[in-house]
Amino acid sequence: MSTHEQTVTTHVHRDDVGARMGMWLFLFTELILFGGLFFVYSVYRFLHQTDFHVAAKSMNVFIGTTNTAILLTSSLTIALSIVALRNRKKILSLTLQGITVIFGLIFLINKYFEWTAEIHHGNYPGSPELLSQPPGHILFYGLYYVMTGLHGLHVIIGMIVIMFMMRFTIKDVITPDRMVKLEAAGLYWHLVDIIWIFLFPLFYLIT
Amino acid sequence: MAGVAETVESNGQGSFLDYKGKHKGIFAWILSTDHKRIGILYMVALLSWFLVGMTLGGLIRIELLTPEGTIVGPQTYNAFFTLHGVIMLFIFVIPGIPAVFGNFFLPIMIGAEDVAFPRLNLLSWYLYIIGGILIILAIFLPGGAPDTGWTFYIPYSVRTSTNMIITLSAVFILGFSSILTGLNFITTIHRLRAPGMDWFKMPLFSWGLYATGWIQVIVTPIIGITLLLVIVERVFGVGIFDPALGGDPILFQHLFWIYSHPAVYIMAVPSMGVISEIIPTFSHRTIFGYKFIAYSSLAIAVFGSLVWAHHMFAVGMSDSAEFIFSLLTFMVAIPSAIKVFNWTATLYKGSIQLDAPMLYALAFIFLFTIGGLTGIIQGALSVDIHLTDTYFIVGHIHYVVFGTAGFGIFAALHYWLPKMIGKMYNMKFAKVAFWIIFTGFNILYFPFFIMGWLGMPRRSYHYLPQFQVYHVISTVGSWIMIAGILMMFYNLLKSAINGPRITERNLWGGETLEWTVPTPPPLTNFDKIPDVINGPYEYKQNDIELEEVK
Amino acid sequence: MINNNELSEHTSHSYSRYILVWMGLLTLTAITVAVAGVNLGDVTITMALVIASIKSYLVITEFMHLNTESRTFKIFLGVALFFIIISIVLLFSDYSKM
Repeated sequence: MSTHEQTVTTHVHRDDVGARMGMWLFLFTELILFGGLFFVYSVYRFLHQTDFHVAAKSMNVFIGTTNTAILLTSSLTIALSIVALRNRKKILSLTLQGITVIFGLIFLINKYFEWTAEIHHGNYPGSPELLSQPPGHILFYGLYYVMTGLHGLHVIIGMIVIMFMMRFTIKDVITPDRMVKLEAAGLYWHLVDIIWIFLFPLFYLIT
Repeated sequence: MAGVAETVESNGQGSFLDYKGKHKGIFAWILSTDHKRIGILYMVALLSWFLVGMTLGGLIRIELLTPEGTIVGPQTYNAFFTLHGVIMLFIFVIPGIPAVFGNFFLPIMIGAEDVAFPRLNLLSWYLYIIGGILIILAIFLPGGAPDTGWTFYIPYSVRTSTNMIITLSAVFILGFSSILTGLNFITTIHRLRAPGMDWFKMPLFSWGLYATGWIQVIVTPIIGITLLLVIVERVFGVGIFDPALGGDPILFQHLFWIYSHPAVYIMAVPSMGVISEIIPTFSHRTIFGYKFIAYSSLAIAVFGSLVWAHHMFAVGMSDSAEFIFSLLTFMVAIPSAIKVFNWTATLYKGSIQLDAPMLYALAFIFLFTIGGLTGIIQGALSVDIHLTDTYFIVGHIHYVVFGTAGFGIFAALHYWLPKMIGKMYNMKFAKVAFWIIFTGFNILYFPFFIMGWLGMPRRSYHYLPQFQVYHVISTVGSWIMIAGILMMFYNLLKSAINGPRITERNLWGGETLEWTVPTPPPLTNFDKIPDVINGPYEYKQNDIELEEVK
Repeated sequence: MINNNELSEHTSHSYSRYILVWMGLLTLTAITVAVAGVNLGDVTITMALVIASIKSYLVITEFMHLNTESRTFKIFLGVALFFIIISIVLLFSDYSKM
């Protein structure tokens, strides 16, 4: 193989598009991780349609809707934080990042109340109340805890990631000219939002 | 995470092995983000684990010398074949070629200085090691080694008292390691090809790694969530797969195989990529049908994701599912066959050089043909009803996984190890070892087809006396093969320790970029990133003009 | 050469676009909740999934800037979605005819 060699001196390798490409690929793995759970949900919903309907009646639509609105708004704030930094408004960007984290926290607090209420009513895996229900009902709640639980875990991860981004922003590791870390964190947060966008109707709105 | 890394001024640098960075001693290796060092770190771990898996295989064969117990009890036997599968598949062959040779050579072959995410690369290796440590813990902690088979089928994987949670966590972590490698390679190939290195000037090994990277990224999360669900089941009894609570154990099988079938293509496709490098080099001919082979790698990735339920033909699926998956299974054979035809056509009128890498490559074609054809046999519903869960399947598995991926690794070792470490092994000895391995392999595994056809079930501690003669033949074959493998490792290890140094850049007359850099390569691979003009495999064309697809 | 400022050239520097998208997302959420109150059987769940898909589309194209990335990224997403869809279809070939 013949090659002509030319002088290319790259001392610092930086590739923002590549970094975003890698992040998107990672997001696919998260999407498909939840996708597997959606496969399980769709099979069991198909097999136990009535039971799922009935079980969903006891879901708290108000908390679910509120949480949906919270996550959607948090997606807005992280997106705006990127615009703010690009406009060189560092404090505004930091504030918006912080608000995003707080919204995540509120989401989790709502979830906590929701779960404790359900557990109080005896709707938890292995409880006598749940086991006395028809199989579709048991599966519905099993899937509810696993899917919203795994989602909640990802909300926590997203919050931790964004808090790291806040630290990087403060320390000028993230700057208006070097923002790909923040963009990547934003992408992750949006995916967490998208997963909830699908979880919400499938658990709360199928009555 | 972001693609920022310092590179050094590279004129007149020594080999990457001699490079002195800011870390000393062992830390210079286990903290290094140099793709070449990471490749070697993987190689050492991988080959050590292979020997463990091979020993387990050998012990299984000894146990099966007699129809009743021979050396161990049934519980231990179940643990043997479980660990043999888990180690050979998740720790040896799935990381396999991408982790060792992909890491070492992909950047060089596309004219890059490293992969897209060097630190993520090191993380992949750490996750791999942690996964391996967890398996060791699973073996030795109270509770005992897992005994469910590597397929972890419900309900036994929930009911067994052995160390399932540790085992499943290990596989989950190993899966994550695999995902990161795939993600890294996809991005590397998209973003870091040297100027002039178009997609269709890339070596076919890169195409193989690209297709494999996609399989790794897309399907591995499915096994992740599936095994996570089993862990949740064991801990919380949620009922997702429990019929008493409305769950469906068959759904577990579906989810398991949605990953584990494409996983076999993670094993096979990189190996095919290695063969696509070796055949043209040792035939001194350009590869026949370059684009067909490139596209077939992608086709295998796509079709391979659509055939999973052919592992479930006898569990009671619907008629339409059985029909559809059988049809798709026949179709997935086509791109693989295309490769075999192209390799064979490359040999035609070539100037064949039968060095050790070529011997392994040719053996690959032979063994893969047998493995692939038996796969088609199994894809036929009416036949598979009788063959499923028999030794026929075990024979098929070993011809395709060992004969393909395994021999691909052996071929790659003989092709590339001297380049990696700058030491040459004894070629005569290597060839002798090859023939012993090849002979032993066939004596060991071919009887499996016969036994399976006659009804010998797999994973069975006891068996009927009429099968004993086949088992004895197999076991003797295993001794021959193991002897050959030990000879092969001895030869390679000896070369690494005190073999003759080589500095020649192009050891075999290859035409891809790794043969243009020093032996061993320097830290940044190239003094200057090459400006690529020609495609790979530009050998002198022979007299007969064969139809070439450009 | 790699242009690391590709994205900022295309993405708007204004906040208003994002706020508009957000309002659209909230509106769609309200619609989906309202529709769920009306019992239309299977249509309800289909509507819910359609609306969820529209919301996701907005998040992906506007918040995640998929529209301003190169075509490669869109093909990537297509691959992932194709896998999910084809897997469900094939999975249901077993379950829809028990």
